[in-house]
Amino acid sequence: MATTISKPATLVGKGIRRQEDPRLITGTAVYVDDIKMPGMHHAAIVRSPHAAARIAGINTEAALAHPGVVAVFTGADVKNLGAVPCASSLPGLRVPHHHLLAQDRVYYTGHPVAVVVATDRYVAADAASLVEVQYDPQPAVADPEKALAAGAPAVHPQWPDNTSFTFHQEGGDTGQAFRDAEIVVKQRITSQRLIPTSIETRGVVAEWRPGEKSLTMFTSTQIPHLVRTLVAGILGMPENHLRVITPEVGGGFGSKLNVYAEEALMCYIAKEIGKPVKWVESRRENFQATIHGRGHVDYYELAAKRDGTMLGLKLKLIQDLGAYHQLLTPAIPTLSVLMMPGLYKFKSISADIIGVFTNCVPTDAYRGAGRPEATHGIERMVDILAAELHMDPAEIRFKNFVGKDEFPYATTTGLFYDSGNYALPLQNAMAQVDYAGLRQEQATARAAGKLMGIGLSTYGEICAIGPSAAMPAGGWESATVKIEPSGKVTVMTGASPHGQGEETTFAQIVADELGVDIDDVMVVHGDTAVVQYGIGTFGSRGTAVGGAALFYALQELKAKIKKFGAMLLGSDNVSLVGGSCVDDATGKSVSFAEMAVAAYHAKTLPPNTQPGLVATYFWEPPNFTFPFGAHIVVTDVDRETGRISIRRYVAVDDCGKIINPLLVAGQVHGGVAQGLGQALWEEAVYDEQGQLITGELTDYALPKASFMPLIESSHTETPSPVNPLGVKGVGEAGTIGCSPAVVNSVVDALSPLGVRHIDMPLTPQKIWKLIVQSGGLS
Amino acid sequence: MATIRFTVNGKASSVDTEPERPLLEVLREDLGLTGTKYGCGEGQCGACTVLLDNKATVSCVTPVRAVEGRRIVTIEGLAEGGRLHAVQQAFLDEGAMQCGYCTPGMILQTVALLQLHPKPTDAQVVDGLNGNLCRCAGYHRILAAVGRAAASTGASTGTSTGKGGGQ
Repeated sequence: MATTISKPATLVGKGIRRQEDPRLITGTAVYVDDIKMPGMHHAAIVRSPHAAARIAGINTEAALAHPGVVAVFTGADVKNLGAVPCASSLPGLRVPHHHLLAQDRVYYTGHPVAVVVATDRYVAADAASLVEVQYDPQPAVADPEKALAAGAPAVHPQWPDNTSFTFHQEGGDTGQAFRDAEIVVKQRITSQRLIPTSIETRGVVAEWRPGEKSLTMFTSTQIPHLVRTLVAGILGMPENHLRVITPEVGGGFGSKLNVYAEEALMCYIAKEIGKPVKWVESRRENFQATIHGRGHVDYYELAAKRDGTMLGLKLKLIQDLGAYHQLLTPAIPTLSVLMMPGLYKFKSISADIIGVFTNCVPTDAYRGAGRPEATHGIERMVDILAAELHMDPAEIRFKNFVGKDEFPYATTTGLFYDSGNYALPLQNAMAQVDYAGLRQEQATARAAGKLMGIGLSTYGEICAIGPSAAMPAGGWESATVKIEPSGKVTVMTGASPHGQGEETTFAQIVADELGVDIDDVMVVHGDTAVVQYGIGTFGSRGTAVGGAALFYALQELKAKIKKFGAMLLGSDNVSLVGGSCVDDATGKSVSFAEMAVAAYHAKTLPPNTQPGLVATYFWEPPNFTFPFGAHIVVTDVDRETGRISIRRYVAVDDCGKIINPLLVAGQVHGGVAQGLGQALWEEAVYDEQGQLITGELTDYALPKASFMPLIESSHTETPSPVNPLGVKGVGEAGTIGCSPAVVNSVVDALSPLGVRHIDMPLTPQKIWKLIVQSGGLS
Repeated sequence: MATIRFTVNGKASSVDTEPERPLLEVLREDLGLTGTKYGCGEGQCGACTVLLDNKATVSCVTPVRAVEGRRIVTIEGLAEGGRLHAVQQAFLDEGAMQCGYCTPGMILQTVALLQLHPKPTDAQVVDGLNGNLCRCAGYHRILAAVGRAAASTGASTGTSTGKGGGQ
């Protein structure tokens, strides 16, 4: 027994390097496509080249006759299996039955029609082209507003109005607000369709073990446990006979927060053929058949007093759902409605969502999922109001912010904002750019005929998703902490990450709480046979819900280990200090390892104490968290070419307490990059016939190294009272704050030409046309 | 079918295969070198970048017949004797990865860039890495890692730190 104990330095709050990284820089990380099994077969999927067609017949004879082909599956084979699940439930929601393979019709380009299974990947691909599908093409509609027009082609013939649902939400009295208004501004604002484009596409390997009557599926997903429950349901098999393993995941951004037909198909096929089967999505398939994001057409009306006080906000939200509901498709626009007031004190809001079917791949969660759309809307509207009133956009924001003493703040949309000081990030960002000086510089530049813009966005977001009562299913998260007999610590988290670095942040939390070396902590995730149930990583919930579950599991474990310490020290008054237990009276101590040995050898036990050192905690969050921040973007627009140059990008974000500033900075950078992608370059374009024009990377403008401005990132730190770590979440903040700041900046630059709004993406061609149309070409 | 002979990571290799198969697939499937990644199959994302006679090459659009008699280095062949290559070390030190899927390609592209320009300018760094996509968009850290690698391998003076390396 030692007698001197020093508490190690705390790791929470430090920018330590990631535990994950050594395997990533050496090519030793294992992703789904790296998995090879003896006897493994390969699947290729036959997809529809039409956006809408009847299937008159399918002839698989030539494909089946191709050497090496072992089976071809079509819609008829899987007709009686369950449907691809939609977890959202809204009143009156129309949910088309989403078979694993098309039955008598196809509804979007890329719709899976058949699966060819062969001994070899090349054979499978060759034979897929031998499957003869007779299509009878039908009229298609790809634009949600056109789909609502009278006489539009019906995506699903049984619902000729192409409407899946309408949803109304009202808070306060908007009628009164608009009667009291001294000014009303209106604007149509779109958030275009985007393609999430994780660099690792989706992939599945499934293996059937007949002896155990069990299936093992490797899949690249953000939600392994939900995939297990729901795929078992589709297949009608006992859930405890399906093991889902999520190895390294090469990016998700919401696109892998889903349950896909291919996951169930590969499980079904592995069992049917009695061999392991692998399918890895091609990039073209990824663009055509993995969910897209956004797809909003929003009509806003904002009522205000002439002093800039905002009174009421109305929104008609047309959501392009695509042809089917994936897991959360209809729920995403409801998140937009929840966050439509932004950081401002609205007395009333009114929103109507129209969920519209189109002959396109379904939309669903993409980084931000509903909140970027809402933030883009309110932040554009505030700027439009400021311009009408000839007020500074900063001034109007300060005037309407929820005050720092008003938390928890009940919004008109039924939320309780947890904590905040909304003015502070904006003040900091303004000081950082010398806002007054910039406005002077802008006046000089304008006098010289230059187009210089200053754009603000002050965003709020809803994170730590979320309380179960507000979720389609559970919204809690789980953690198990196990101190092994050797004193090493294993954590099993249900929050399965895909690049966020939870193996590091969670190990930091453990190291601090238990006083052990971070290298003695192993964080395990993504295996349903190892990890207790979990929900997953999305909605900026990994640390704010999963980390909180871990914290509470650690408290239970600490209480238990302290009992063993007290027993070994023969004292009732002991404290855990660092990794040891200390007798408060004598200063004598026992080490972590000694207590672990005592707990497992169990020769004597403290009263009412079980052997072993394992604690599991399922934590139900009492509320969401609400991060916030301010972004300022300074742009110069070239009159001759329409090219936008970002001169400054300043982001001041408040994500609550920061566990690891390096990882937070990475999330902010990445989030801003994806926001810039939406603001400036990216758009999923379908033509009138529903063909995806931006079908590959050559046509879809993903941000590259040369596109990125320097992001000047800093933070304010307002702890959240919702969880014991005080964290709020940061995965989506950059994306949410970015696009309105960029668009506000460019509109500000073009405002001398009379430009009041521009829809994204702000391509040089679009900007140049606007300059020409407004007579601004010099 | 043909027999193609080449050197991978310093070792002589011979594969009997269709000569038009992409090098990427031969490396991954025939030689078990899965560190090289498929991202698009069209040479547009750079995830499959390897060194071919010291030149960065997208292996997904390189037929294996084209590497007959040539030298290939993949991510598995960079570290020597358990010691990380300077570029790997720089990526580690900068924390220049999130999901890690683009990382092997980024690292090999950087190795090639620094062989061509041991003391690259900021413009050369950005230009050199511009064909490699990172959707987690860790470009700032990646460019900073290139600068750090240049500083650690190049001369002791005047090395660029890479665009956007600061916080």
